[in-house]
Amino acid sequence: MLGGGETSGRNVWIAVGSTVLFFGILTIVVVRSPGWPEIKQQFFNGQEFKESFPLIVRKFVRNIFIFCVAEVFVLLFALVLAVLRSLPGPVFTPLRILSAAYTDLFRGLPTILVILLLGFGAPALNLQGVPVSPYFWAIVALTLVYSAYVAEVYRAGIQSIHPSQVASARSLGLTRWQSMRFVILPQAVRRVIPPLLNDFIGLQKDSALIFFLGLVEGLGEANIISSGDFNFTPYVALSVIYIAITIPQARFVDRLIARDQRRRQAGGDL
Amino acid sequence: MTESVRIEGLHKSFGELEVLKGIDLVVDSHEVVCLIGASGSGKSTLLRCIDLLEPIDAGRIVIDGLDITSRGVDQNAVRRRVGIVFQAFNLFPHMTVLRNVMLGPREALKLGREEAEARALELLGRFGLADRRDDYPDRLSGGQQQRVAIVRALAMRPQLLLLDEVTSALDPELVGEVLNVIRELAEGGMTMLIATHEMGFAREVASRVCFLDAGLILEEGPPEEIFSHPKEPRTRQFLERIVQAGRL
Repeated sequence: MLGGGETSGRNVWIAVGSTVLFFGILTIVVVRSPGWPEIKQQFFNGQEFKESFPLIVRKFVRNIFIFCVAEVFVLLFALVLAVLRSLPGPVFTPLRILSAAYTDLFRGLPTILVILLLGFGAPALNLQGVPVSPYFWAIVALTLVYSAYVAEVYRAGIQSIHPSQVASARSLGLTRWQSMRFVILPQAVRRVIPPLLNDFIGLQKDSALIFFLGLVEGLGEANIISSGDFNFTPYVALSVIYIAITIPQARFVDRLIARDQRRRQAGGDL
Repeated sequence: MTESVRIEGLHKSFGELEVLKGIDLVVDSHEVVCLIGASGSGKSTLLRCIDLLEPIDAGRIVIDGLDITSRGVDQNAVRRRVGIVFQAFNLFPHMTVLRNVMLGPREALKLGREEAEARALELLGRFGLADRRDDYPDRLSGGQQQRVAIVRALAMRPQLLLLDEVTSALDPELVGEVLNVIRELAEGGMTMLIATHEMGFAREVASRVCFLDAGLILEEGPPEEIFSHPKEPRTRQFLERIVQAGRL
């Protein structure tokens, strides 16, 4: 904050005042609208919320399991894709093409299609040794799709490292791969942590799509309760869960970005 | 004296721009050769070619009897034996001073941790950087960073050290400490090829000075001769401009 103590104190009060006023008016407009009692009964039913929330949380654990496992695989697989695509030299052209084609394909496909195609298609092959668990295919589908995004994030990080760093590493007699491993990747990964976490927030939200494989996770449970009680409040309860886990992460990303900015302004290189 | 580097007919272009137009140069072991000349005359490119950081278009470079520009040469092995220090230091910002210095010996020379660390600490101590071993480069002054960069190159025990305008990015008051290091290396008999704008230093430390102009070595000889009685008009012009700028 700029400005001395008194001005900044006054600014805080102005900020608080205008915020209270704005949201106060908004609430009054919504609550006094003709359809509000109906909406409140259908979407914001206190009793319904209290009953459905713990049940949904219990099933949401499955989402957490799926996106956590997927995130680990995304981190690794995307890194492989990005490194393949960043290999210099004409020998590696086929690998670069393969990696580029993969990223194009999976960034172009709607996530829900990949989930449906794999989730219903792969088990239907009846091949021996191919798992039939919807958990397995949900994790595979999310990993495939999000690796394409995260690979691009990694690649941007790799390209942001100045060529003089490579020259410096190679001049010590390190191989291409050693330069990548010891000099480029450690710096690149550090730089891309904020955008990478952003993609993970997207992945966590998309874990709701596995509902369409018939797996009773958060959304599945909300759906069951909702159709049993003829009430939409369980969906609101699920929304609260999603927001409760994603907002802290978003704030964390903001803080990382702010920290990086401060360091850059201080003249540091990271 | 044995020959350290022999360069014959070296040509190098970047696209349409021909930067080196046929360089011939021999550097003997324990010799200190300074390359002088205007910015863009090809000094840096020449050094980068010798460390195989740039592919060359024609000619050959022979180091200790091995033609390093021929096919099938292990380029990494060549780079392990030739050290280079850059104008902008190019330290690894995510590593401490000690790890910067140890990386090459550990990974390229495959030395054990203890041996690599002993070697690094000995060199850091010799150049007054022992208390900086655990600092990250951004905590150091420019002069300290450049000294670490020199130590990093020396930790490989190179047979030849290339210095690419190593004081050009430094504040004037920090130039001296880096030049002292190079002076010490010269006295120790290190074979060096130095691109520099520090004419006073070149005059003092060089066994031979080469004046580069537009991609060619226009004139070479002992420092006294080049600085006091240059034969070529272009050399005279260049030195006059340097004197006017108060750098000699």
